[in-house]
Amino acid sequence: MKDLYTIIAFSENHIGLLNRITIIFTRRHINIESLTVSSTEVRGIHRFNIVVNETREQVQKVVAQIEKVSEVMRAEYYVSDEIVSREIALYKIPIRAAIEENLEQLLREYDARMVDIQNDFVVIEKTGHVEDTEKIYELLKPFGILQFVRSGSIPITKQRKELSAYLNELPRDEYA
Amino acid sequence: MEEKTRVSGAEALLLSLIKEEVDTIFGYPGGAIMPMYDKMYDKHDLLNHILVRHEQGAAHAAQSYAQVTGKPGVCFATSGPGATNLMTGITNANLDSIPVVFITAQVPSGLLGTDAFQETDMVSLSMPVTKWNYQITSAEKIPEAVAKAFYFAKSGRPGPVLLDITKDAQVQEFDFHYKKIKSIRAYNPKPTLDQKQVQQALDMMSQSKKPMLLAGHGILIANARDELLEFVDKTKIPTAVTLLGKSVIDEDHPCYVGMLGMHGNYAPNKLTNEADLIIAAGMRFDDRVTGDVSRYAPNAKIIHIDIDKAELNKNVKADLAIHADIKDFLQQIIPAQYYTCNSEWRQEFSRLNEMENDKVVTPELHPENGHLRAGEVIRKVSRLTSREAIVVTDVGQNQMMAARYYGFKDPNTLITSGGLGTMGFGLPAAVGAQVGRPDKTVVLFTGDGGFQMTAQELGTVVQYQLPVKIIIFNNNFLGMVRQWQNLFNDKRYAQTPMPTPDFPMMAKSFGIESNWLRERDQIDNAIEEMFAHEGPYLLEVSIEKEANVFPMIYPGRAVDEIVLHEE
Repeated sequence: MKDLYTIIAFSENHIGLLNRITIIFTRRHINIESLTVSSTEVRGIHRFNIVVNETREQVQKVVAQIEKVSEVMRAEYYVSDEIVSREIALYKIPIRAAIEENLEQLLREYDARMVDIQNDFVVIEKTGHVEDTEKIYELLKPFGILQFVRSGSIPITKQRKELSAYLNELPRDEYA
Repeated sequence: MEEKTRVSGAEALLLSLIKEEVDTIFGYPGGAIMPMYDKMYDKHDLLNHILVRHEQGAAHAAQSYAQVTGKPGVCFATSGPGATNLMTGITNANLDSIPVVFITAQVPSGLLGTDAFQETDMVSLSMPVTKWNYQITSAEKIPEAVAKAFYFAKSGRPGPVLLDITKDAQVQEFDFHYKKIKSIRAYNPKPTLDQKQVQQALDMMSQSKKPMLLAGHGILIANARDELLEFVDKTKIPTAVTLLGKSVIDEDHPCYVGMLGMHGNYAPNKLTNEADLIIAAGMRFDDRVTGDVSRYAPNAKIIHIDIDKAELNKNVKADLAIHADIKDFLQQIIPAQYYTCNSEWRQEFSRLNEMENDKVVTPELHPENGHLRAGEVIRKVSRLTSREAIVVTDVGQNQMMAARYYGFKDPNTLITSGGLGTMGFGLPAAVGAQVGRPDKTVVLFTGDGGFQMTAQELGTVVQYQLPVKIIIFNNNFLGMVRQWQNLFNDKRYAQTPMPTPDFPMMAKSFGIESNWLRERDQIDNAIEEMFAHEGPYLLEVSIEKEANVFPMIYPGRAVDEIVLHEE
């Protein structure tokens, strides 16, 4: 049975690694729902946060193949209740919508906010789960959405070993 | 005291190779790589460069050189077409886990991404088929990149790596200093064997009445042949091998029961599905080995030992998946185990293999009439070389026949393209094998189709006077595809009949001695003459045009549905 899995991989910060990792999904014909790459609390180490809708078996195989990449330190997968995740969505709305009073009420009710106002448009920001950002998208539709963008999900894991603990277990770069 | 010398990037690269004990390079020059060839001109005494006739040949030769010497192969090509011509060879080395360091030149860094003359994004192109790759755009990165390249190529599950070096990085000067790499964060090539799992394996063995050992290429890579032999001698477990695992055990060993897979032996395939325990050692359950995987080994518990964690539970679910170096595992389990396999189970293998002998092997080796058969020629070669030659094959019927009938004895004596099944692999691989082991007899068994794919390497054979013995089995067909058309497409021989040149005459034009064998009563003479000749030799053998390789597991069938003849 397919389900949403979040794969987190820690790697060196080297050119081309993103490509090496995404190829693993391409080869197995797996579509990536969302992908974010960022730095971590440890300098020089990057993390990949990848969300896929797949079977557990496929995810296990993919994770093993990601971890096999020489410059990847660790790769693991999580189901939704093992992580806390959020994404940011931004919505660009024509200015006339901003002056209609029910917009402000809507923003207050759904804990969204206006982050920029220009002559002809406003930008609204919402942080939350995918369902939250989608809900607001539906509600803002009547105002006329000029642009809509989502960051992709960023997860924090609940009860796993922290990166610094992994790093202590890893071999160090050593020269003869 | 750290010694430093001011050198160009090109020179630094060559010095780095020398520090990694490289003495042989297979390659082909071109525009972007000229600075390196210029520096090589002064290093004849330290670096032996073998000039091939096409970069694909360099890649295959470097791989087989690695296989016969145990050292990583090194291969040079220029940017653009030189580099892309390597792709088949890189992929081949990747699928068969062979350490090769590929070095490709690149356009000057200022021109990267501009579609400059002979620019190809080689790092992206080779990414899915290399273990690691890296683009060098400044000279001072060279020593570390080369050190990493060799470390990644050789350690853990070996494989090809690629360094792409821009032309400006080759000419820049810097203070050269080289340090080998001993370990790299993020990369753990030597997993720690879990002692509990050794005990679990022992427990599973003690419950087994019908165990089988499947020995793969990993045993050869781990240099664990002696340990395997000790384990087999002690346990008497029937031992089958994969194609690349041929030569992990002497085929005369009483526990050797044959080769697995589509054209393997009857008994090990048939009895895989009766076994109650399978110990898979350094092999990866390729689909050519498992047949229909949903009906593979239904009665067996599976212990899978591999150094590559991603192979465990990938194709076949293991009851006990052991992430370890097979040598460590065998060393730990040998003193601990007290198990001996019963002889009734071993006799079942003998009984089935006797059926194969009667129905398939004897007619192939001792035909009474009809055209020549590949098997009888291979067996004659086997006798004359005392089973001690390095056997190189191309891909297809010639490959399966060589694997089935040579009778391997010594480690790393079969050089063949397993995972990728690369036609055209044979001749350049024979070049690499002979360069790596000038002391050994190298015999190439190839077909008329595969030989024509890379026949230009005859030029390399002559240039370096490599005494390879080339045997072309000519049936004027792409034989293995024709066999499938015969069995599954109502003999509709679409694009498989192929006229061939006069191969002996072709050899003569290169200055290579040659002969043409057509008659059964000439086999002994022709082969003796070939081996009596000191230099390279080409023997074309006209064989039965529509001979098929059996036994066979038809595609989509289960291993125990293996057949001895056409259904």
